Amino acid sequence: MVLKAFFPTCCASADSGLLVGRWVPEQSSAVVLAVVHFPFIPIQVKELLAQVQQASQVGVTVLGTWCHRRQEPEESLGHFLEGLGAIFSHKPWFQLCRERGSKSWSCKATHWQGPTSHAASGEDQVMLIFYDQRKVLLSQLHPPAVLPDRQAGDTTASAGGLAAVFDTVARSEALFQSDRFDEGPVRLSHWQSEGVEASILVELAKWAAGPVCLLLACLLSLVSAASACRVFKLWPLSFIWSKLSTCEQLRHRLEQLTLIFSTRKAKNPAQLMRKANMLVSVLLDVALGLMLLSWLHRKDLIGQLADALIPVADHVAKELQHLLQWLMGAPAGLKMNRALDQVLGRFFLYHIHLWISYIHLMSPFIERILWHVGLSACLGLTVALSILSDIIALLTFHIYCFYVYGARLYCLKIHGLSSLWRLFRGKKWNVLRQRVDSCSYDLDQLFIGTLLFTILVFLLPTTALYYLVFTLLRLLVVTVQGLIHLLVDLINSLPLYSLGLRLCRPYRLAAGVKFRVLEHETGRPLRLLMQVSIACILPCSSKGLREPG
Amino acid sequence: MEDEQSFSDIYGGRLALQRRCYSPSCLEFCLSCPRITLRSLTAVTCTVWLAAYGLFTLCENSMILSAAIFITLLGLLGYLHFVKIDHETLLIIDSLGIQMTSSYASGKESTTFIEMGEVKDVVINEAIYMQKVIYYLCILLKDPVEPHGISQVVPLFQ
Repeated sequence: MVLKAFFPTCCASADSGLLVGRWVPEQSSAVVLAVVHFPFIPIQVKELLAQVQQASQVGVTVLGTWCHRRQEPEESLGHFLEGLGAIFSHKPWFQLCRERGSKSWSCKATHWQGPTSHAASGEDQVMLIFYDQRKVLLSQLHPPAVLPDRQAGDTTASAGGLAAVFDTVARSEALFQSDRFDEGPVRLSHWQSEGVEASILVELAKWAAGPVCLLLACLLSLVSAASACRVFKLWPLSFIWSKLSTCEQLRHRLEQLTLIFSTRKAKNPAQLMRKANMLVSVLLDVALGLMLLSWLHRKDLIGQLADALIPVADHVAKELQHLLQWLMGAPAGLKMNRALDQVLGRFFLYHIHLWISYIHLMSPFIERILWHVGLSACLGLTVALSILSDIIALLTFHIYCFYVYGARLYCLKIHGLSSLWRLFRGKKWNVLRQRVDSCSYDLDQLFIGTLLFTILVFLLPTTALYYLVFTLLRLLVVTVQGLIHLLVDLINSLPLYSLGLRLCRPYRLAAGVKFRVLEHETGRPLRLLMQVSIACILPCSSKGLREPG
Repeated sequence: MEDEQSFSDIYGGRLALQRRCYSPSCLEFCLSCPRITLRSLTAVTCTVWLAAYGLFTLCENSMILSAAIFITLLGLLGYLHFVKIDHETLLIIDSLGIQMTSSYASGKESTTFIEMGEVKDVVINEAIYMQKVIYYLCILLKDPVEPHGISQVVPLFQ
C-alpha cells in the first residue's frame, strides 16, 4: 500500500521540530497531530507522550522530523534531524521538509535496518494529505467514543479507513492542552496554537448547567408524579383527558422537558442533536406564546373576543335553523317524505334551541374563562393553539351530535335494508359461518319483510340527505381542527437547531469528506487536501452522500 | 500526463473523456457532456410562450403572459442547477478511495467519496433502455452486515 501522511494545515507554517502523532498500520497511514519545537529534552517528550497515551488511549508516538527551511539549507540541522531518528525509533521514520516561502514539499519515509545504514533501504512513495484539525475535530464523523466491550488501551483496530483518522484526532484532546507559548518543558504546535478557542459564556453556561439541570429535573419529576396519581385515572376524568388535545400537548411537552433536563449525558451526537432541537423548539414556543400574550393584552382583544363570541354563536345557530327549514321543505328540488322530514327537523331544531340557551347561560363567565385561557399562552404557543382547537370542538358540539344522530339513523337503515334485501332474494346471513346462506321463509315472514323493505327504501332519500348534510358540516369542523393540529405538530417537530447549524457552522453536520489534488510537480510527493463536505438538504443527485466507514 | 478522447452518448451527443495521471497512485478521469444548444432553448421557450399567448387570447387576462415568463425563467434556472450536468470527474487514489464529482451547468458541484475498504468490485452492467441495451460502469459496495453480500450498486457518470 502507498504510505499516507495526514498533515494538519495549521502546522504547515510551524518551525522545525519533531512530528508527533499516531501510526495506523492497517491503512499504512500516519496521522500527525502536533509538532514539537526545539529545544526539547527527549526524556520529557517521552513523558508527555506517555501521559497523553494514558489519558486518551490513543497510541501517540514520535513519527518523524519536520524541517521548515530557509533559502539556504543548513547542513548541521539536517544531520541533527537524522540523528534524532536513532533516539526515537519508529518504523517507518518520516522526514518532511518544506522550503520557506515556496510550495515545494519533500517527504521521505525510511525503514531503519540498523544504526549504520542511512541509505534509502526501503524508501517508499509517500502521499501527503492535508486536513483541517479544527473541522475534523468538531465534525463528529468518527465512530462513538465509548464502546462497552473494549478494554482500556485497546486501539480501535477495526474502525475502517478514514474513521480511524477522525477518531484519532477527536480523542487526542489531551495533547492539545499545552501549546508553544506555554512555559512547560515541551512546546507544541497544533490547531490551538493560534489561541485556545473558548468562550467565557460557554464555560459559565456549562458550569451552571449542572445544578440547574438537577433542580429542574427534581421539579419535573414532582409534576409528573402528581399527574400520574390515581385520582386522574378514574373513568370520567381519564376519558375527558384523552379527548382533549391540550392535555396531550402538555404531556408531550412534559416528556420533552424531562428528557432535556435529565442528568444523563447524551451518548452519541445524534441524541445530543435531538436534545438541542427539543430545547430550541421549547424556547421558541414559549417566546411565541409570550408575544401572542402581549399582543392580546395590548389590543385588549380578549374583551372584544368575549363580546363577539355570543353573537357569533347565535349567528351559527340561526344559519343552522335556516338550513333545517330548507331541508324540511323541498331541498334542491328533491321530494322528501313529509312526515319523517318534519319529525327529524323538529327534533334537531329543539336541540339547537337547547344549545343556544346553554350558551346564553354561560355568557357572563366567558370573559373570565378566556382571560385565564390566555394566560396559558405563557406555557407556549402550542398550548394556546391546542386550547383554541378544544374550544372550537366544544362550541360545535351540537354539530357533532347531529352528525352522530344522522349517522346512526343512516347506519340502522342500511343494515335493515341489506338484511331485508337478502330476505327478498331468499337468503340469510349465517352468523356461525359468517356467510350468506339460502333459507326458506314462511309466507307471512316474506310478506312482512317485503313490506318493511318497501317502507325503508322509500324513506331512504330523506335520511341519506340529512346524513350527507351533517357529515359535510362535521368535516368542515374537523378540517379546521386538523389545520390547527398541523401547525402545532410543525412547531413541535421542526429541527431548528440543525437548521441553524447548517447555516452557521456547516461542518458540524458533515456527511463525508472530499479530496482535492493540489499543485503537483514531478519528483515531488503527491499532495491532496481533505475537506469535510456538508450534508445538503436538497436532493441534489441520485447518488447522495455517504459516510466513510 | 494528459490524454483526450471523444465518444458519443446514447442520444448521439458528443462526449469528451480526459485522462490525467498525477502520480503512479492517483488517476483522474474527466467526462464532459454536450452543452445546452441554442436551438433547443429557443424551441422550448417558443412553445411555452405560444401556449401562453393562446391562453391569453381565450381568457383576456394579461397575468398569463407574465406568469409564462416567470415559469420559463424559473424552469431554466432549475434545469441548469439541478438537471443539466456539465462535466463529471472520477478521482481514484490508491488505497484511499474513489471520488466522484458532478458539476452542474450553474456551477454547483456534488461530491461522493467511497472508501477503498467499502468497494467490492467495479463492473460493467447492462440495462435495457427503450429499444436498445446500454452499458454502464458501476461500483459494487460491500454490505456491512453480510461480508459476501452487496449493499449498493453505485452507477458512475450520470
